[in-house]
Amino acid sequence: MDAIVAEELRKHYKTVQALDGVSFSVREGEVFGLLGPNGAGKSTTVRILTTLTRADSGRAFVAGEDVAQHPNRVRRAIGYVAQDSGVDWEATGRENLLLQGRIHGMFGKDLHARVDELLELVGLQDAASRVARGYSGGMKRRLDIAIGLVHKPKVLFLDEPTTGLDPEARAAMWVEVERLAAAESLTILLTTHYLEEADRLAERVAIVSKGRIVAEGTPEKLKRDLRGESVSVELAEQNGRVDEAERIVAGIGTEVKVDGQVLRARVPNGAQAIPVILGALDDAGIEVASVTTARPSLDDVYLHYTGRDFTTEDEGRA
Amino acid sequence: MTAQLFRQTGWMVVRQVRNLMREPIWIAMMVIQPMLWLLLYGQLLKRVGAQGQSSGSYIEFLTPGVIAMNAFFGGMWSGMAMISDLDRHVIDRFLAAPTVRVAIVLSQVVRAAVTAILQALILLLVALALGVRVHGGVGGWLVVFAGAALLSAVFAGFSHGIALLMRREASMIAAANFVGMPLMFLSSILVTVALMPGWIRAIARFNPVNWGTRAMRNAVMAGGDWGPTLIYLALLVAVAAATALFATWCFRAYQRSI
Repeated sequence: MDAIVAEELRKHYKTVQALDGVSFSVREGEVFGLLGPNGAGKSTTVRILTTLTRADSGRAFVAGEDVAQHPNRVRRAIGYVAQDSGVDWEATGRENLLLQGRIHGMFGKDLHARVDELLELVGLQDAASRVARGYSGGMKRRLDIAIGLVHKPKVLFLDEPTTGLDPEARAAMWVEVERLAAAESLTILLTTHYLEEADRLAERVAIVSKGRIVAEGTPEKLKRDLRGESVSVELAEQNGRVDEAERIVAGIGTEVKVDGQVLRARVPNGAQAIPVILGALDDAGIEVASVTTARPSLDDVYLHYTGRDFTTEDEGRA
Repeated sequence: MTAQLFRQTGWMVVRQVRNLMREPIWIAMMVIQPMLWLLLYGQLLKRVGAQGQSSGSYIEFLTPGVIAMNAFFGGMWSGMAMISDLDRHVIDRFLAAPTVRVAIVLSQVVRAAVTAILQALILLLVALALGVRVHGGVGGWLVVFAGAALLSAVFAGFSHGIALLMRREASMIAAANFVGMPLMFLSSILVTVALMPGWIRAIARFNPVNWGTRAMRNAVMAGGDWGPTLIYLALLVAVAAATALFATWCFRAYQRSI
């Protein structure tokens, strides 16, 4: 059975069409990534699936229950770690967890044992009796995840779990999520705008752009579907001839992208294309500092499916 | 469902009381402010306020008024806690869990009502020291506590609804003042009904703040003849239920917008 099914979800806010027909499904026990820039519709999708808000049209099922018909059944089956921390700052870590457990109808020894277990799992046992106001960003995030897990949910929603964390805390969080997925045998829906995060954590990925899913599959499959390789050429000097070099490369490869003195392009076969590119640039008298080829990354996949560079779209909408 | 409602409301009240107990300044303000009102207004309006009343000192007249004012402003501002919970996304976390919506509102209403009762107690004790007597006896004390709790509850429900609709501190402050100040001056908190112009007297009849004030004033200054007092309290119960439902309904508006 699929743990999450979304069918043709649509939602608009005033003039903005946030979701324009989103469909996907997540198998039980799977870690599934929704990948896309801010404003693409990831969080809206999660808010509909977690019953926080309703879709204008379309249907969704989580843990076998319709989110619109039986929201409370869905709520009992899910853990939700929102993009913004939901920690009560004035309460201690332990108090935060106890209240969440009580909302889920837990009590007594079972609840306390579960809370102790989770505090240890996320490494907050020493800070458990301190008011959360004094926690670091990483600690609050880990507490958020523990809060989402108190009632042993079947499905865990992690909305941008590492946004706002420094690289070290982010790497630690990845290890955490991987461990949890195994230890609690959870279905996890993860949203992220970090390509490497989706690549690292998700077994399958859907790329979201402008309220639609534009590609879906394992990270490996998405990269494989993008036949060919990416070539990057670094020009030798600041000679103002980048435009001319771009024109030349565009005649050989596709999806050419310029980043300062570096040109990137996609070619069917790197080994064949490199001599051609170098020859053409040499003919034009443009000196080259280095050339590399690489198998496509999710970055290239994103560019391919949306026609936009990942990072620039992100900045434009944030 | 009902058991769940009481349990959740209870634990959320625990959360709020515990969090407030960690704010020493809040506790100090809660205790000192009502006393300040009583002493300030008592001095300022000593000569004019008591005109048109048959018996008792102005401070005796004023004590139930200040208790009412305190209770209803306390309720009116209590929605700020909702704004803070919305800002911190605590509400979203509750809403994605099997939380009974009414429990979130009720816990805030109960917190406001308990605060109002504590402040009423403090005010009565200060007033006793100033020579005021509660002529209604034990029943009078109970009416004062009930009146304070209900007035606070009425406006706490209203305030939380507004908080869910506005979601901004500045808008919330503006709305609370816009509604609160007129309600205070369209009531007999500071002056007797006899001193009011006819049109204010007419409006005051429909003002919940005035209902609570009159119920409590009867309990302090006269006692006995509880009929009208009980009607006022019953009206406040009805309005408190209505505003709590209004606030619960506002969760829908909030959820539509996110």
